[in-house]
Amino acid sequence: MINRWEVQETNEMIQKEHLDVRTITMGISLQDCADEDIKKFNQKVYDKITKKAEHLVKTGEEIEKQFGIPIVNKRISVTPIGIAAAGCKTDSYVSTAHTLDRAAEEVGVNFIGGFSALIQKGCTIGDRILLNSIPQALAETSRVCSSVNVGSTKTGINMDAVKKMGEIIKETALLTKEADSIGCAKFVVFCNAPEDNPFMAGAFHGVGEKDTVINVGVSGPGVVKKAIEKARGEDFETLCETIKKTAFKITRVGQLVAQEASKRLNVPFGIIDLSLAPTPAVGDSIAEILEEMGLEATGAPGTTAALALLNDQVKKGGVMASSYVGGLSGAFIPVSEDRGMIEAVQKGALTIEKLEAMTCVCSVGLDMIAIPGDTSSATISGIIADEMAIGMVNAKTTAVRIIPVVGKQVGDMVEFGGLLGYAPIMPVSTFKCDAFIQRGGRIPAPIHSFKN
Amino acid sequence: MKGIITVVGKDQVGIIAKVCTLLAENRVNILDISQTIVQGYFNMMMIVDISKSNSTFEELVESLDVLGKQIGVLVKLQHEDIFNSMHRI
Repeated sequence: MINRWEVQETNEMIQKEHLDVRTITMGISLQDCADEDIKKFNQKVYDKITKKAEHLVKTGEEIEKQFGIPIVNKRISVTPIGIAAAGCKTDSYVSTAHTLDRAAEEVGVNFIGGFSALIQKGCTIGDRILLNSIPQALAETSRVCSSVNVGSTKTGINMDAVKKMGEIIKETALLTKEADSIGCAKFVVFCNAPEDNPFMAGAFHGVGEKDTVINVGVSGPGVVKKAIEKARGEDFETLCETIKKTAFKITRVGQLVAQEASKRLNVPFGIIDLSLAPTPAVGDSIAEILEEMGLEATGAPGTTAALALLNDQVKKGGVMASSYVGGLSGAFIPVSEDRGMIEAVQKGALTIEKLEAMTCVCSVGLDMIAIPGDTSSATISGIIADEMAIGMVNAKTTAVRIIPVVGKQVGDMVEFGGLLGYAPIMPVSTFKCDAFIQRGGRIPAPIHSFKN
Repeated sequence: MKGIITVVGKDQVGIIAKVCTLLAENRVNILDISQTIVQGYFNMMMIVDISKSNSTFEELVESLDVLGKQIGVLVKLQHEDIFNSMHRI
């Protein structure tokens, strides 16, 4: 039987260490909504989302009450619109973005992901229309998130797309300049994008998925930090063991919530995403975990090794706790959403170059980084190309969510609000890469991708 | 269905009485109680069976929360599964 100490441990994790289930994300396929007439398509999309997700928020709240654990976000991901809307005879999908925004508002979710395209090898007509619609869609909606997959280990990197991404990011920044270019915070560029990721802004419902599915993202950097405080001065074996056990406990809660949500909504359970996702709250930070391991500041030598072991132990503990692990699964290092990261940047300990190295060993990539608004689109494409190359060669997911804040310079602060946090503008290399980005075409897949 | 009730707060007269009265009124059966006082702080855990209760789980959570606020302690009811899944393989 459960004893008092175990109950107390769980409740302290929830009350003092910010243990929560970060998101229940319902994936909804829109492939059956296809229509030549975009108005009819939009109506079908709206009807399907509002019907399928009608009880999502309410169910999430009931589960919160039953187990006494906060479920921070309830969200929706849909089939990439570049695919779902491809049959429409139109030259813009902005109206579909508005439809998604309205549907999200109707069911009460704060974000809906899937204004996306998968163009790692090339663009269809639908993909091209989608890309052209992204800046306006992000500027005119508040809940819609967009992502584009421009590379994979199997296909290489679509450098035409990479070039275009720099332009889209610049245009989005300009269209949302009144709000610190916040449109870019809802846009992610991926290499090896997972099709079952429940986390925004990169969530979309892959074409290999069921019609509707529940994916759950767990979190809990604060719990890991607290646990390893007890392992101060111990060797790496003890440190790793501590993280692993904690990750197991965190993931089991996610698994429980996922199964309960799946049962109550009568929607199949997909995966648990074992990510440690920070928030700007004190004590809910990845940087603080790295510093607790013995670094003076995140970014100091040793940071990449510390992050590598954290990421690996989180996975090892997590896979024991759930049979179906997927999504991004690892540690997130978004700068603006992590108080410790922000402080490390302000101290001068953490640079974009060090963050790039860290992305080789953690789950995502250059995430929520604010850079000067006058950074050129070619430079942004260069940063994206580097990150995509890391993902492609290492057969892992990498992503770029970068915000060139119009009118801001290095040293200024930007405030995105809520979970998106705040960030200091970080310096970017001023050496140019225009001629490299101008080449166009594709970078071929690496030799070790030929495994057949 | 079994639930775990935890009560944490500054010790005072009648905490258990008030919680148990509420449970009795709602036909919730108490299966186990353990309790300690550390440095004036009251810490109690109860295992309860709510399958015969005339209230829903959510309603009980609410009314215990309200009672806790009246007494000035934190009273939580949670489904036992969260503890079982976290602490048992």
